[in-house]
Amino acid sequence: MENMVRVFLFGKKYEVPENLTIMKAMEYAGYQLVRGCGCRNGFCGACATIYRIKGDRELKACLACQTKVEDNMYVATLPFFPLVKQVYDINTVKPEQAVMMQLYPEIYACIGCNACTKACTQGLNVMQYIAYAQRGDFEKCAEESFDCVMCGVCSSRCPAGISHPQVAMLARRINGKYLAPKSQHLEDRVKEIRNGDFNELIEGLMGKPIEEMQELYNHREIEK
Amino acid sequence: MYTKEMLESIKKVEANREANAALEPRRMTAEEKDELLRTYHPDYKQGEFAVLSVGPNKGEKVPTELAALLQANSRIKPEEIDLSKPDYDTDVLIIGGGGAGASAAIEADNAGAKVMIVTKLRMGDANTMMAEGGIQAADKPNDSPAIHYLDAFGGGHFAAKPELLRTLVTEAPEAIQWLNDLGVEFDKAPDGTMVTTHGGGTSRKRMHAAKDYSGAEIMRTLRDEVLNRQIPVVDFTAAIELILDENGRAAGAVLLNMETKEILIARAKTVIIATGGAGRLHYQGFPTSNHYGATADGLILAYRAGAKLLYADTLQYHPTGAAFPEQIFGALVTEKVRSLGAKLINVDGEAFMHPLETRDVSAASIIRECNARGKGVATGSGLGVWLDTPMIELKGGKGTIEKRIPAMMRMFGKYGIDIRKEPILVYPTLHYQNGGIDITADCQSGVENLFVAGEAVGGIHGRNRLMGNSLLDIIVFGRNAGRNAANRSKDVTVGKLSLEHVDAFAKELEQAGVHSDIVSPKLLPDYRRNK
Repeated sequence: MENMVRVFLFGKKYEVPENLTIMKAMEYAGYQLVRGCGCRNGFCGACATIYRIKGDRELKACLACQTKVEDNMYVATLPFFPLVKQVYDINTVKPEQAVMMQLYPEIYACIGCNACTKACTQGLNVMQYIAYAQRGDFEKCAEESFDCVMCGVCSSRCPAGISHPQVAMLARRINGKYLAPKSQHLEDRVKEIRNGDFNELIEGLMGKPIEEMQELYNHREIEK
Repeated sequence: MYTKEMLESIKKVEANREANAALEPRRMTAEEKDELLRTYHPDYKQGEFAVLSVGPNKGEKVPTELAALLQANSRIKPEEIDLSKPDYDTDVLIIGGGGAGASAAIEADNAGAKVMIVTKLRMGDANTMMAEGGIQAADKPNDSPAIHYLDAFGGGHFAAKPELLRTLVTEAPEAIQWLNDLGVEFDKAPDGTMVTTHGGGTSRKRMHAAKDYSGAEIMRTLRDEVLNRQIPVVDFTAAIELILDENGRAAGAVLLNMETKEILIARAKTVIIATGGAGRLHYQGFPTSNHYGATADGLILAYRAGAKLLYADTLQYHPTGAAFPEQIFGALVTEKVRSLGAKLINVDGEAFMHPLETRDVSAASIIRECNARGKGVATGSGLGVWLDTPMIELKGGKGTIEKRIPAMMRMFGKYGIDIRKEPILVYPTLHYQNGGIDITADCQSGVENLFVAGEAVGGIHGRNRLMGNSLLDIIVFGRNAGRNAANRSKDVTVGKLSLEHVDAFAKELEQAGVHSDIVSPKLLPDYRRNK
């Protein structure tokens, strides 16, 4: 017999095996999920969840697919949160601090309560990356926010109404496009291909009988 | 976290770690690989396949689970559907909101077409989001698209369609550049040189990555771009049947609101299927690394409309799915873990194979080690072998794991396993649909004006796919499908909308004596205990 625990899904009590994740516990209880379930693997942020253990004052946040149930766990999922996503043109946006001021001015209303960081389901230092964004330090903001799955729990806890994941998204795109060093070898190769430099080689391969291709493949040199 | 038996085995792994790390295990010969695959790879288990009785691939075998869906009943009764007042009218209708669908949308938008995306979950809910290890492109001086071609062609058992593979490899560097220009971050050296590694079966280090969030980084950027362009995204809405026009050309889809169950009609001049894979069909009972929505819907829709499938009988079992703890059973452990130096070790602490054989060979080899050779570790949910992650830091130095594979560190860390210090248990997991809808070089299926991109396509990779070629194909073929569908839409006048093909297919089933009590597409798996 499996060890069972009591969980309260949206306040209603269910008995579920203790080794299940919250997501699997919901399914065990009989939910056919449509919302609040995505990659089931911790990458997509669909299953943001808020919970409290009975008797505990603190509200905790997690991804339902990545967290085991506990006895006396009160669970509310947050399958959608109305983040503010500003529209911009990546080709004309300037990698300057002013862009943050323009698109997400509310970041300057941060009161430093750190609720975002405490709530992050990925354990990121959210308030720190917002501080980098305020200063226009896109590179650091990008690095600090990189593992963000955009679940939105941080924003649900923010008294200043900041949409942290969207701020970070903007910073990463600016960093990736404008600030990270350019890859000369990539640009050279694209030019060579456009120039048709490899056409003959590839057409040569395409025309070869399978036996010859097998021979080439089985004896190709492999870089150490 | 680990049981006593596991800890006993770990002692042997630790004792041999330095020696195993220094070892370069021999790669298998072509004959050894063939024999291994024939004996142990799930694709070769005859009893797991069924022969189709109807449709364009009649007489060919596909996995029994897929056959059941291909030969199931439609979710609609065509006579009850009013096609005269479409709810949506667009130039290009894209079904699927993953990497291929998003790339297609951006390029169709660039080409000046009116575009719309429908997706049964949220935009970005896709296998793309979960791709960890990287994306291939031959952009280093010691590499070339021709070498990439040979690696992929051989790795796919010489079965890829040459014209598709050519497109894949020659447009790869430009795909990377396109992503980088959209703001996708890549791991780079301070001088801008891309940090690239090997994948299983590559002969050059051409795997580009963004830590081990490569797909997530690509997907969230593409999604942001789709939103910036204000391309309409109708989410939580599944396509449940294609609509053709009176001339038999694709002209839209019947849609189902996943929450309210409302039926909606979308009319379009061209349609792109970008619905992804099939891991959630759990072929042969395997767990899967795939997204919740990976149920082969696009294959069902296209097949009913008359499009031919190619290599639908070949699946990819990723060699390293998490085998323990059971909460993450089947979750992907990126191949990059092996690219960075971790080796596969059996219960006795022996490195039993070269860690970077192609995926089908690696998976079959792990299955053999666990079953025929009895050298697996019992996991509680089955068997597994060790993937000795601490070797990575032995080779690359302290801090390598946190810097290069933070998602893996986090995934196991949540269950008290520090992958920097302890090895992890792995076993093959259902990962990728090698086959799919047959297309021509312009991404068009056998149905006129029906384009396909991404995992729903068959033939790009042949009968096995190399790591990093799928993130690549969704971009390359997504972009091409978007461009081609947009350009085609300029010359299309849509005729009278029709669902006659749905009735015709039902009739064909009846005549073949096939009776099904299920409907398809499946849309979502059902994991409830009490159904």
